[in-house]
This record gives sequence, C-alpha cells and structure tokens, in this order.
Amino acid sequence: MSTSTTLLFFGAFLASAVEMVEALTIVLGVGVVRGWRAPLIGVAAATVVLVGLVAVFGRALGHVPIEALRLVVGALLLAFGLQWLRKAILRSSGYKALHDEDEAFRLERDQAAGAAYEKKAGLDWYAFTVSFKGVLLEGLEVVFIVIAFGTAQGELAVAAVGAGAALVLVVAAGVLARGPLSRVPENRIKFTVGLLLTTFGCFWAAEGVGVEWPADELSLLGLLAFFAVVSFALVSALRQRRLAMPAVEADV
Amino acid sequence: MRHLRSFGLFWWNFIVGDDWRVAAGLAVGLVLTWYVTDRGTDAWWLLPIAVVLLLADSLWRATRSP
Repeated sequence: MSTSTTLLFFGAFLASAVEMVEALTIVLGVGVVRGWRAPLIGVAAATVVLVGLVAVFGRALGHVPIEALRLVVGALLLAFGLQWLRKAILRSSGYKALHDEDEAFRLERDQAAGAAYEKKAGLDWYAFTVSFKGVLLEGLEVVFIVIAFGTAQGELAVAAVGAGAALVLVVAAGVLARGPLSRVPENRIKFTVGLLLTTFGCFWAAEGVGVEWPADELSLLGLLAFFAVVSFALVSALRQRRLAMPAVEADV
Repeated sequence: MRHLRSFGLFWWNFIVGDDWRVAAGLAVGLVLTWYVTDRGTDAWWLLPIAVVLLLADSLWRATRSP
C-alpha cells in the first residue's frame, strides 16, 4: 500500500469516526427518550442519501481531467482542512471550549423529552427528523472528504471503505457503551484530520497549478511533518499568550 | 430566493468558514504559485509557506484582546 493510500485511508477513517461520534450522540439522545424505531429509520434513510451522494458525485467527478480535478478539489480541501486545523489549535490552546459529548447528549435528551408527539407516515416525526438531519449534516463533511480524497487520488473505494469501517466501529462502540462516546479524544482526532486534509489539499492544489513535488508522493510525509510542527508551535505560542493576557474567548 | 440564499450560505460556511481572509489568501497563494512555476521555477515551497502564514495570522487575529 503506497504512502498516499495509507494516509488517505486513515484520513477518511478518522474524519468519519469523529463525525459519527457526534451523530451517535444525537441519535442516542432521541432514542432513549422516544424509542428506537423512528430514530433508526432516520439513520438508515440518511445513510442511504450519503452513500448515494458518494456514488453519484464520485462517479461523475471521475470523468473530469485529473489536473483540473486536483486543483479544484485540492483548493477546496485546503480551505476546509484549515478550518478543522484552526479550530483544533484554538481548542488545544484553551481559546475555544472542547466539545462535550455528555453535555450534548443531555441537551438532546431534554429537547426530545419536551418535544410534542406528532405521527407522520407511521413514525414519531420528531424522532425521525432529528436523527435524519443529525446523521445527514454530520455525514456531509465525511462525504465531502471521501469524494475529495477518492476522486483526486483515484481511490474512491479506499476512502469509502475507511469511512465505512469507522461507521461500523462507532456504532458497535455505541451499542456496547449504551451511551455517548465521551471518552473519545475528539479534539486530537480533529487535529489529526485537519493536518491530513491540509496536507493533501496543499499537495494536490499545488500539483494542479503545475508544481512537481521534489520527492513525488513522499513529499506528503514532509508536508505533514511541516504542518504538524508549525501547528504544535502555534498551540504552544497561543497557550503562552493566553496566560500572559486577560482571558478571552476566540472570535470564531 | 430565500432557499437559494440559505443554500449559498451553507456552502460558504462549509468551505470558507469563520475567516474569509484565509480562503482569499489561499487563492492568492495558488495564483502566485502558478505564476512563478509557469515562469520556469518549480515553486513547490510557496504554498506551504503561504498556508502556515495565513493560519498563524488568522489565529493571532482570533485570539487578540478586544
């Protein structure tokens, strides 16, 4: 397995895992209060839509010339990845609150308990729509990453398998834990995914405008290390800055 | 019209996010990389440097005191 294929698999796997942990919290919060039938049908319906999006757009983009595809996909992935990285650095340095799955679960459960019961198409409509929208919105980022990774590298199946493996793992862990996966180190995973997205985005976007990387695919490892070192240095600098100045919440 | 606006806003937030200057800076960095490479110098180093400068600048602005 080549360097890029390995990184691509782990990128899709980790991105999917962290988004599915958040989706699981939403579904659990609704399911424990209002029963499981409607939320699970909502999950299945959203999954079908997400898989359909990967199949349709993945296949369609496969016909676009690779240079143009890498420029557009690389640029979008770079902008998208920098958002993940920026937020992860702000969380690591204490400027932004960490995502609390237990708190999110409590909030979701309380809202589900207070919502009116309305039956549509034989389903508890609130439970169905909240689960459907939760999985769809969290999954859209995964779909974007899978399509971007898969088409620019020509390995859609590898990216899809990585995302699918994460989905299976998170669902299994949720069933075993019977609660939100609050011990998953979400920010560390998001930090890693942000680094991978930024690395691939930079690599492909530069290739798209005609750059030839000095060590071809191996440059990915150099880029990853470079962005990781700079990011850790930024976390360290921001922590020191926060200690030296009055506490402020980041403007994000 | 409202749906079109919501659709556009969704994709803007999805791709560009909190700091539009980063996305604009990336566009400038890509154009510069293309220009220098097209003139015969393989500017593979330019975009990574632009990325870290944009990231550092964005973080610095986001965390400065009001």
